[in-house]
Amino acid sequence: MSSIGSIGSRLRDRAGAHSSLGDRVMYALCATGGLIAAAVIAEMIYQVVHGAGPAISRDGLAFVLHSRWNPFFNRFGGGQGLYGTLVSSAIALVLATPLGISIGLYLGVMASPRVRAVVGPLVEMLAAVPSVIVGFWGVIVLAPFVAHHVEPFLHGALGFIPIFGTPQTTGLSLFTAGLTLTLMVLPIIAALSRDLFLTVPRELTDGAAALGATRWEVIRGVVLPTTAAGVAAAVVLGLGRALGEAIAVLQVIGGGHGISRNLFLPSDALAPRIAQEFLSPEGQEIPALFYLALILLVIELVISVVARRIAGRFSVHRTVTT
Amino acid sequence: MSAHGGELAGERAPEVAARLRLHGQPVAGAGDRRLDAEPARETVFEIRDVAVHYGSSQALGWTTLDIHRHEVTAVIGPSGCGKSTFLRSLNRMNDTIPNFRLEGEVLYRGHDLYAPATNRVEVRRRIGMVFQKPNPFPKSIYDNVAWAPRNLGMRAGLDERVERALRHAALWDEVKDRLKQSALGLSGGQQQRLCIARAIAIEPDVLLLDEPASALDPIATASIEELMHTLKHRYTLVIVTHNMQQAARVADRTAFFALDLSGSQRVGTLIEYAPTRTLFTNPSDPRTRDYITGQFG
Repeated sequence: MSSIGSIGSRLRDRAGAHSSLGDRVMYALCATGGLIAAAVIAEMIYQVVHGAGPAISRDGLAFVLHSRWNPFFNRFGGGQGLYGTLVSSAIALVLATPLGISIGLYLGVMASPRVRAVVGPLVEMLAAVPSVIVGFWGVIVLAPFVAHHVEPFLHGALGFIPIFGTPQTTGLSLFTAGLTLTLMVLPIIAALSRDLFLTVPRELTDGAAALGATRWEVIRGVVLPTTAAGVAAAVVLGLGRALGEAIAVLQVIGGGHGISRNLFLPSDALAPRIAQEFLSPEGQEIPALFYLALILLVIELVISVVARRIAGRFSVHRTVTT
Repeated sequence: MSAHGGELAGERAPEVAARLRLHGQPVAGAGDRRLDAEPARETVFEIRDVAVHYGSSQALGWTTLDIHRHEVTAVIGPSGCGKSTFLRSLNRMNDTIPNFRLEGEVLYRGHDLYAPATNRVEVRRRIGMVFQKPNPFPKSIYDNVAWAPRNLGMRAGLDERVERALRHAALWDEVKDRLKQSALGLSGGQQQRLCIARAIAIEPDVLLLDEPASALDPIATASIEELMHTLKHRYTLVIVTHNMQQAARVADRTAFFALDLSGSQRVGTLIEYAPTRTLFTNPSDPRTRDYITGQFG
């Protein structure tokens, strides 16, 4: 009985004193961290909405479509920034999605383990390059190259399409901004889709190969369908990065005004305009900048919800497999 | 099939130099034509001195045997004796395993499957495979069966082809009303028969089955075994099984593999290959006798 009694007291001891205290401290720390994160998000939303208040009450939703931005005449509109943000991100998405998936397929399905071990980390490092350096490279390398080679070529070959209009000499344009964003989105899509392709069960690819399928048929018939939702989520995450990028875009977009169909003209976008104008606001500019921030925030929150939904559907789909 | 034979490169006269000796001991039955009841039996595979290595370790010792058309050939033996390695060597499914290396020759209707110019996609199109774990694609039942024929351009009469394959796999009556539903909703036994239907939809010549019933319950197992009796009239079947009763029930010929000492390594080795009845009633190698009477393994 005595031994049972001592075990009992030790059990109580462990449960009561040390580990419970440690557990409680750890719980408190983790819970506090989570609450702080939630509070910060709420505070940011409040600040943005509050700061945008005067502009919202003055211009209402018309602000979103109005494209002029003139601090001297107190005329502000988010149309141009929204246009620049959406178009440059669309360019990035159109280019980075097929490229990123191709890189993911190469690294996840085709490359030998040795190549995978070398190239894979390099692709991930591309995502780690600070955006200010990507933008810097965009100014000194990409923009001149685009101005002298890419834009004239596209204008010459496809000039009848309005988006490929007359190029400028600087190469600082909506198009270059799109290319710069491509570079930043590419490693995200490539690395995430590679990870997804690596999760495709061996039984499925073997089963397809045993049916006389070529490598491409295995990819198209088994690898891509079983990972489609996850790849879509990866693309949406990349889109989120592109939409919110300020510095790199600011460096290469050229700061032009007005909405033009010609992608080769300087333009502006939401995030870079906020970053730039906030340093030296003029007149009633500050509420308008907050309004721009609100537009950006809403877009990004929607993107985040969409990505979460797609990924959620994806995980359900995976667990159905018996 | 022979009309397509030219597509398989690496044509060469089958070498009849069958090695009868293995580590100094005669392999009963291997290459021994006198054991064949019907001398005119057509040979599908001639496996000549095949050894398989994974990196520095040898998985399969020098194996020589013939596999005949329209027969069920069973491969039995204890775990790790190279049964699956042997089977997967017959349609080059081992190719993707790093450091896989095969010596010797696997002749399929006279063509060296491992000749440099051999197209392994073409090999697998003729030599289908059903795996241990049912692995239907996460698609509809119909699309599972129709997928490979579509890839191969067999679009004409696809519905009939799917129905025929499902009928031959004894699954049609159970799924004909829900062809558009996901294959993942089927039971394990149904999934495995779907995998068989999927494999025979492209009318292969040979069907390799790697422990096809080991993940199934007894009733599903019985239906797979019954199926094999009918399938052998159309195809040549090679089945790996760790279940000796199953081999005795379904196979015309049985190959017994076991681990044998080769130098310091234990290597999967063909011990005896004979008509199933002979192997089970009158084995010529004491190791076979020990195994089938339950003395080891």
